[in-house]
Amino acid sequence: MKKYIIMFFSNLIAFSVMAQHGEINAVEMADALRTSGKIYVVVLVVTVILTGLILYLIRLDKKVSRLEKEVSNKVKFEAR
Amino acid sequence: MAKLTFDFKKNWWKLIAVILVFYTVIGGFLIKVPRIAIVQESVRNQFFHVSMWFSMMILLTTSLLFSIRYLAKSKMKYDGIAEEFAYMGIILGILGLATGSIWARFTWGAWWVNDAKLNGAAICMLIYLAYVILRNSIEDEIQRARISAVYNIFAWSTLLPLLYILPRLTDSLHPGSGGNPGFNIYDLDNNLRLVFYPSIIGWTLLGIWIIQLRVRVKEIKSKLEDIS
Repeated sequence: MKKYIIMFFSNLIAFSVMAQHGEINAVEMADALRTSGKIYVVVLVVTVILTGLILYLIRLDKKVSRLEKEVSNKVKFEAR
Repeated sequence: MAKLTFDFKKNWWKLIAVILVFYTVIGGFLIKVPRIAIVQESVRNQFFHVSMWFSMMILLTTSLLFSIRYLAKSKMKYDGIAEEFAYMGIILGILGLATGSIWARFTWGAWWVNDAKLNGAAICMLIYLAYVILRNSIEDEIQRARISAVYNIFAWSTLLPLLYILPRLTDSLHPGSGGNPGFNIYDLDNNLRLVFYPSIIGWTLLGIWIIQLRVRVKEIKSKLEDIS
């Protein structure tokens, strides 16, 4: 597991290095955005939104687990 | 507040879903992509728009398998699972249509063009929306399960010709159809693959997580109905 986490972050670093070395070519790309570093603002914003959504999903998951426990207790109680 | 415990054995795939989706978003914005005229940076939509459709296909196929299983075993549980897989697939399909429309506006110049691929995808979504309507219009549980399972098989079999065969038989703007093979993009750059494949798995697993929650809620409901 630890290995994968390290791999994940080293990939991120690799990506950011690659991003900074975009060569100037005939095709117009968001080079200026990247050299000024502002693309990271967008990445950060999207990451925050995604984090929020996933935390919400985790909370929902916990709630369902609790309900499951309650219901199975109730079923046991009724069976007695 | 419930204690924040993480059952690794049971929930490892949810962790993978989260990691892959974050990888998609962060990597998808930051990797170097091939420089293609007109498409430009929007080629990164590959990780979001295209993977929506791939994930949709996986989820709808799973839904089909559960429908067949229901017809074979007549267990209501399978019908419920097939339903949730189909709903999530439809959501991803609608997101695919919406994102595709935006992409079309900025590369082809119009929100919608009368293209075999686009119209086929729209027809598919309508066919699957009919599945939702069909389910909600039948009162009797067993009848609903049976009819919608059969309809699901029909709906799934329209997917292949409408999305993959017919668009290839005509001229089309859309990559992956009529003399316009979508995977040609990979000849230019292998970097895209690095994020594209994980993104498909990530979005699919995230969808399955939501499906699992809905199926569990359904099971709680049926248990409560049993004891009352």
